[in-house]
Amino acid sequence: MRRPLLFITVFAIATCGLVYELVVGTLASYLLGDSVFQFSTVIGVYLFALGIGSFVSRYIESGVAARFVDAELAVALIGGASAPILFLTFTRSGPFHFALYATVVAVGTLVGLEIPLLLRILKDRLRFKDLVSQVLTFDYLGALLASLLFPIVLVPRLGLVRTSLAFGLLNALVGLWSTWLLKTEMTSVRPLRVRAFAVAGILLAAFASGDRLTQYYEEQIYADEVVHAESSAYQRIAVTRGRRGFALFLNGSLQFASADEYRYHEALVHPAMIRARSIARVLILGGGDGLAAREVLRYAEVKSITLVDIDPAITALAGKVGELAELNRNSLRDPRMRVVNEDAMRFLAEGDERFDVAIADFPDPNNFSLGKLYTTHFYRLLQRRLAEDGIAVIQSTSPLFARRAFWCVDATLRAAGFWTEPYHAHVPSFGEWGYILAARGAREPFRELPLGLRFLTETTLATLFEFPADMSRIDAEVNRLNNQVLVRYYEDEWKRWN
Amino acid sequence: MELKGDRKVSTGETELEASHPASHPRTSGDLSRRELLVSFLGVAAAEAACLRSRRTREAVPGAIVDRAFETGHLLRQGPLELASDGQKVDVLVVGGGASGLSAGWRLAGAGFEDFLVCELDDDLGGTARSGKNSVTSFPWGAHYIPAPLRSQGPVPRLLGEMGVLEGADGAGRPRYAEQVLVAEPEERVFYKGSWYEGLYLRVGATPQDLAELARFEKAMEELAAARDGRGRKAFDVPSARCSDDSEWTALDRISIAEWLDRERYRSPRLRWLVEYACRDDHGCTADQLSAWAAVWYFAARQEGDGRRNEGYLSWPEGNGKLIQQMAKAVGSHRIAKSCLVHTIEPRADRCIVHAFDAIAGAPRRFTARQVIFAGPRFVAGRVIAPWRESPPAFLSEFQYGPWVVANLTLRQPPRSRGFPLAWDNVLYESRSLGYVVATHQSAKALPDGPTVWTWYYPLTGADVRAERARALSATYSDWEELVMSDLIPAHQGLAAVAERLEVMRFGHAMIRPRPGFIWGKARRDAQQSLGRNLHFAHTDLGGMALFEEANWFGVRAAERALAELGYLSPSWLA
Repeated sequence: MRRPLLFITVFAIATCGLVYELVVGTLASYLLGDSVFQFSTVIGVYLFALGIGSFVSRYIESGVAARFVDAELAVALIGGASAPILFLTFTRSGPFHFALYATVVAVGTLVGLEIPLLLRILKDRLRFKDLVSQVLTFDYLGALLASLLFPIVLVPRLGLVRTSLAFGLLNALVGLWSTWLLKTEMTSVRPLRVRAFAVAGILLAAFASGDRLTQYYEEQIYADEVVHAESSAYQRIAVTRGRRGFALFLNGSLQFASADEYRYHEALVHPAMIRARSIARVLILGGGDGLAAREVLRYAEVKSITLVDIDPAITALAGKVGELAELNRNSLRDPRMRVVNEDAMRFLAEGDERFDVAIADFPDPNNFSLGKLYTTHFYRLLQRRLAEDGIAVIQSTSPLFARRAFWCVDATLRAAGFWTEPYHAHVPSFGEWGYILAARGAREPFRELPLGLRFLTETTLATLFEFPADMSRIDAEVNRLNNQVLVRYYEDEWKRWN
Repeated sequence: MELKGDRKVSTGETELEASHPASHPRTSGDLSRRELLVSFLGVAAAEAACLRSRRTREAVPGAIVDRAFETGHLLRQGPLELASDGQKVDVLVVGGGASGLSAGWRLAGAGFEDFLVCELDDDLGGTARSGKNSVTSFPWGAHYIPAPLRSQGPVPRLLGEMGVLEGADGAGRPRYAEQVLVAEPEERVFYKGSWYEGLYLRVGATPQDLAELARFEKAMEELAAARDGRGRKAFDVPSARCSDDSEWTALDRISIAEWLDRERYRSPRLRWLVEYACRDDHGCTADQLSAWAAVWYFAARQEGDGRRNEGYLSWPEGNGKLIQQMAKAVGSHRIAKSCLVHTIEPRADRCIVHAFDAIAGAPRRFTARQVIFAGPRFVAGRVIAPWRESPPAFLSEFQYGPWVVANLTLRQPPRSRGFPLAWDNVLYESRSLGYVVATHQSAKALPDGPTVWTWYYPLTGADVRAERARALSATYSDWEELVMSDLIPAHQGLAAVAERLEVMRFGHAMIRPRPGFIWGKARRDAQQSLGRNLHFAHTDLGGMALFEEANWFGVRAAERALAELGYLSPSWLA
């Protein structure tokens, strides 16, 4: 057995050990918040568990080298799988705190076993002072490497899930390698190697599907408690509740937060409503949460609302879940309401009923299917369904975070033959948010705002149409079915903020 | 492993070159699954498939649905019964594919009434036919045309009639209806476990690869911009409009593989792109394809002024939409389906035409003042009576490659990794051409709803006869295995959502423009009318199996017939 190789082993297991600790600490602060508390407790418990490991090591009497390999394989499996398993526990609402500290204790104990066992294996080959000095030197060097690699390379490049799996895999390989390195110390190596291959295989398989795992988890992570979650044919739906009220998420992205949704929905609905000559027939595209409909129903002149949302699960949820129905004031059960669960493009293309006001409240154009609903083709279909002096409003993402995307929607509406008037409002949950009014010609306010609004007033309304320099118009291509530039703008721009 | 022995020594060629199976044809019964996959899909795709699905899955129900092989082969069985008297008609169009219907469309467009189009199959369209099921319409063959660069000519006229050509922009460039232009995402390519945007495999490309791609694109742009002394584009659509200046036609003397070697293009990814273009547009490999024809693919559909063109026009039923439009113009009373014309006897002032009506099971006879034969040369050689005895020299120069098209109906699109489902989905390591999504161009289809995928497979071996035998020897279950094995490695859970598979084989799908063919004597001679009353139309006269060629020669033949009959009508070809 050559000593330098053994010190590389020490170095590797020390790196792995610290990586697990950092993974768990980061994950706890990420999922639970309060990072000072999470890191303090994770580090404290981890160091304590190292002590447990050291203490327990004395009870291992025989087959020290084989037990050393076993400890490595066990820590490879537990530490390697720590991130995916903790994510899973969290998203499935399992006993997360228990799982968190159980993982920390298990990993700490096993890592705590390793160094004492190794010292005992090496005790006859080196003088005590050299042994302690060299083993601990490599141990701390490994820790340094891990603490530098983790924030600079691992988390940004691999993410938590794949980092933990990769180091588990490394640990398992070190275990496997040790069966050769410590061969002279062991009676039979074959069962150990079989176990090592099994552990490596499991981790490798998990690593290969790491992309999907991460994507799945990240869409399920919410700051608040999840009170309702389901997967419909079209999307994953989650309702969360926290101190500031509740929120709706579709595919992991926030649709509204009850604390400030009134800002978003008042700004979405009323500028169009007060500009329309007639408001008898209103069309809402998307908006299955019923909140835009609530604002529309403030006007007594409204005779019918047609709400087109592709996902029956959303409209059912908005009528069924107590808090939501309360928030939208049962708008979906209003006798004037007609809910159509249909693709908006298909709805526009196939009917010929005309509407006085059309409100397009789609999720942001972050994929090609949604991008279609922001094209010249879509807007031409929309125009066909708008009464001669009708008006439409389009939620158009943030003119601050996705400036070119916002002005791309404007350019697209104009290319489709619309007069447009863009405006924006501040919604704390979202940030600066943008909307665009669209009609066949210029439209001035025609009626007063309804009573009972919390955000809009007659005097402040005009200020929404002023764009500060960092959100003002910039050139953008027209979004067409055959270029889908909007999706690309949107992706590029949001990437910079996230 | 025996696979290794099968693989050619790689000399910078793509993996598509590996193992050519046509040299040892086997019947399907002898083929093991792995041999079948290697033979049709290539080594890499077969390995991926075998790795992925060791366990057995339930076969997707379906069938081989072509019948034209049987009807068409009646031609070979010797003399058929003849009718003694029959119908008189001014113009008889033989063939109801894209060229025959283009001729009919032109005749109808001149206000001409006394004509009839005979199609041997029970469905119109030939290699541009389409099908329909409860989910969607879908193509059985040609499925798009590049958006024409100019508003003049017969194809833009047809598109105008369809409401697809909406006018022109300030610079006179045609503007097309947005919903007919192929929507983004347009193309994606699958490589080693993931999908990537575009057809050129950018991921992992070295700076040298990208530099070569840029050099190639620039070269094509220059060739696209090239014009002769008379102002004709060197590479134009259709081929009849191209310059015949030897500066460019010289390219027809070598294969595109030789041209790439000569120009020192060595990047495997670029070679793959060109090879894919050869297989996609002409159904043959780079070493068999005229460099002129291959350059045409890249240079004819752009002006070469650096501006992005409009892309492609497509419909759920593919070019079946164009077929329907022309059939509507012709009128169903002027179309006879399942009518196999087997003999044309040209006389001084008319043609006597004998046919077999497969529906009535009875012979038919026509006396036509003008005949437009809108079928391929190999059929002409058997149908035109004097050619049976003394075939013209050009006939043997026309070679056609076989294709197989499969339509796979899915309950919903399966999941896939990487770039999302596009219109055209290509597998880098397979010898299939991948598939197009029929519902991509449909306003009615839901993003996750049921759909139909059209999978294309050209049999590219140099010996077309052996390739035809190979296409015919595979059974339905062989094709089922091939289609599913080709697609399963790139789509999770495909088998669970697959509902039905239908397979159509085309024995003579595409003319092969081998070096020397496009600018050679045979093609020129074949374009001549026989006497004054028998005219010819087909894509093979253009040397490239494309709708624009079919349409051009169909219109041209119709105008010749009209001229012979004294019908004066300004030409649509100007």
